[in-house]
Amino acid sequence: MNIIEVRNVTKEYSSHTALDNVSISIPKGCIFGLLGPNGAGKTSLIRIINQITGPDSGEILFDGVPLNPNHISRIGYLPEERGLYKKMKVGEQLLYLAQLKGLSQKEAMEKLKSWFIKFDIKTWWDKTIGDLSKGMQQKVQFVSTVLHEPDLIILDEPFSGFDPINANLIRDEILELKQKGSTIIFSTHRMETVEELCDHIALIHKSRKVLDGPKRDIKEQFKTHTYFVEYKGHLEELDPIYQILDQKILEDGYLRSNIHLDGDATSNALLLNLVSKVEIRAFGENIPSMSDIFMKAVNEVPEA
Amino acid sequence: MRNIFLVIRREYLVRVKKKSFLVMTVLGPLLFVAFYATVFWVAMGSVDTKTVQVLDESGLFRNKFKDSETLKFNFIDKSIDSAKAAFPTSDANALVYIPSNVIKAPKSVRIYAAKNVSLDLKSDIEKVIEKEIEDIKLAEAGITHKILEDSRVNVSSETISLSPEGEKTSSSGAATVIGGICAFLIYMSVFIYGTQVMRGITEEKTSRIVEVIISSVKPFQLMLGKIIGVALVGLTQFILWILLTTAFTSATSAVLSNGISKESAAVAKEMQKAQIPNQGVPGGHVDNPVAEVLGAVASLNIPLIIGCFLFYYLGGYLLYSALFGAVGAAVDNDADTQQFMLPITLPIIFSFVFAQFVLRDPDGTLAFWTSIIPFTSPIIMMVRIPFGVPAWELVLSMVLLVLGFMGTTWIAARIYRVGILMYGKKVSYKELVKWIFYK
Repeated sequence: MNIIEVRNVTKEYSSHTALDNVSISIPKGCIFGLLGPNGAGKTSLIRIINQITGPDSGEILFDGVPLNPNHISRIGYLPEERGLYKKMKVGEQLLYLAQLKGLSQKEAMEKLKSWFIKFDIKTWWDKTIGDLSKGMQQKVQFVSTVLHEPDLIILDEPFSGFDPINANLIRDEILELKQKGSTIIFSTHRMETVEELCDHIALIHKSRKVLDGPKRDIKEQFKTHTYFVEYKGHLEELDPIYQILDQKILEDGYLRSNIHLDGDATSNALLLNLVSKVEIRAFGENIPSMSDIFMKAVNEVPEA
Repeated sequence: MRNIFLVIRREYLVRVKKKSFLVMTVLGPLLFVAFYATVFWVAMGSVDTKTVQVLDESGLFRNKFKDSETLKFNFIDKSIDSAKAAFPTSDANALVYIPSNVIKAPKSVRIYAAKNVSLDLKSDIEKVIEKEIEDIKLAEAGITHKILEDSRVNVSSETISLSPEGEKTSSSGAATVIGGICAFLIYMSVFIYGTQVMRGITEEKTSRIVEVIISSVKPFQLMLGKIIGVALVGLTQFILWILLTTAFTSATSAVLSNGISKESAAVAKEMQKAQIPNQGVPGGHVDNPVAEVLGAVASLNIPLIIGCFLFYYLGGYLLYSALFGAVGAAVDNDADTQQFMLPITLPIIFSFVFAQFVLRDPDGTLAFWTSIIPFTSPIIMMVRIPFGVPAWELVLSMVLLVLGFMGTTWIAARIYRVGILMYGKKVSYKELVKWIFYK
């Protein structure tokens, strides 16, 4: 079951096309990474899902039904450009935003209390936002995004502006929200975050979707069938099905090579081959990192 | 609807809770009362007596200059040269020299003073001399003093407006004052509250909260909520002002009335000069100016004026604040608003200028057209209403105003929805027009 189905969505602005026939499915309960270079069209897509703007053509299904204003209260959105009313008090502001999302004052109050305890920010209630540091403001904004316990949480660069301790805190919250059944869309440039948190990804480049699917499938798809080995000794002649790509001397005197396997060759056979020739310290498959995949996918797209 | 209400509530509370609102609410009426009190004070202050030396070579005026509360005449018998020489050391404010041939050469009268004499003093003296010469010439022509006295009548007219409900005494003076005040208040409030809407929108845009908000609220709802919220702030302020001003003025006038009854004539004169120059205010013998003003005000249709005032305040405010809002949405910060402000502020300023002319001719062509066109009608119609306006004109003006603000709100909403998400771009008029016609 998909919580969001983007079907053939196109969005044009006067001077350029932001989204060109994009279709993406976002499964329920996953953490979905929405990737792409700056200006690829991610924000446009997010704004369409948030019903801030509408698509020129195509449609979006939310939980199986076309997106409509009733869905607004089921979505939480943390935009990349954070902002709160600078002169408003933290408590009042959060109450206001929660009520706009459809909570009653009483419900909002109860939920806020537990968040204030959780984040240990009880003393902030009567402070104005302008008096808080940037990191503190981010925390408040995060609370405002998830307070109404939305089914879908859209986070645009959620970790920017957080120190490592708070970033961890937020990460744990995100995982907890997922546990509770929320779906999370991440829009980010930080590939390590994607690596760590995302189950599914989609890559948008030049207004088009160039890649999507479960992260492990995509990794599989981008495998280069190369293995690395760290060893001592001479490694010159190998079966021609094993192609030694490079060789470099490590700081401690060991050597490191990448070896490409042809067709049906297995890692076990390679290992047997190596064992007889050199002293092996480490051996493993080169799994492409998300950032490799990102670069590769983006560079492969022909110029529009 | 719930969201619009939430937005309205926030916009309202945030502004009403501000210290500046409280300060303005208390200060406004105080300033008004201070102004009111100053007028009285000035009026009474000028009552101090001025001494005028009169050197009358003709001998015709010896008993004709009557001392009044403001003027005291000293007749002297010296040559003009020695009088002039002695003048600086005397405590007199002015020296009037009437040559012996004054009847033949009335222009030879001279007033000497250390500083320029006030126009009042000059005209007072001229009047006495003119009247005497006139009398003398009439007497020469055979008209006796008795005939002269009988021929002088005092006409103090009362203007009566004829309306279907019957005759009622009206006061063009009071109408002028009330019309002027209403026009001024609407002029000020459109500016003050219109800019508040603009600032609020720019603030949301620069603080980037707008994207969070419009993920919950439709841009149109947010804009409308802000406009209505600020309108209610304005209404609250007006109501508090009216209440406080009434309280303050009744307290002040109670204190002042004692002083007034003594100096009533002088004060009434000063008040006419200070507040309503060049107007046919029923002058002459006024026993109590406060009663006079109150009576004149009571002759106006106060409920109609208050009702229309609220309508035109809201209508004018809605019309302009939508445009101010569009400007706020189109720019990135307050500093950039200037280029778009001019076309909005011009019609407001023009209507305020027109209002001065309309006050003098409330039924003229200019008055008619400017009170019908929505951009000027909120101010001009308020000027006209105290004088009485045909019902059909009022209805037409109101309908057009409603259509007008619906139109500007529509335009503003189109610009707003694009503008609030547009950053870092200097916007031109051409672009704004394009935004209006986006799908």
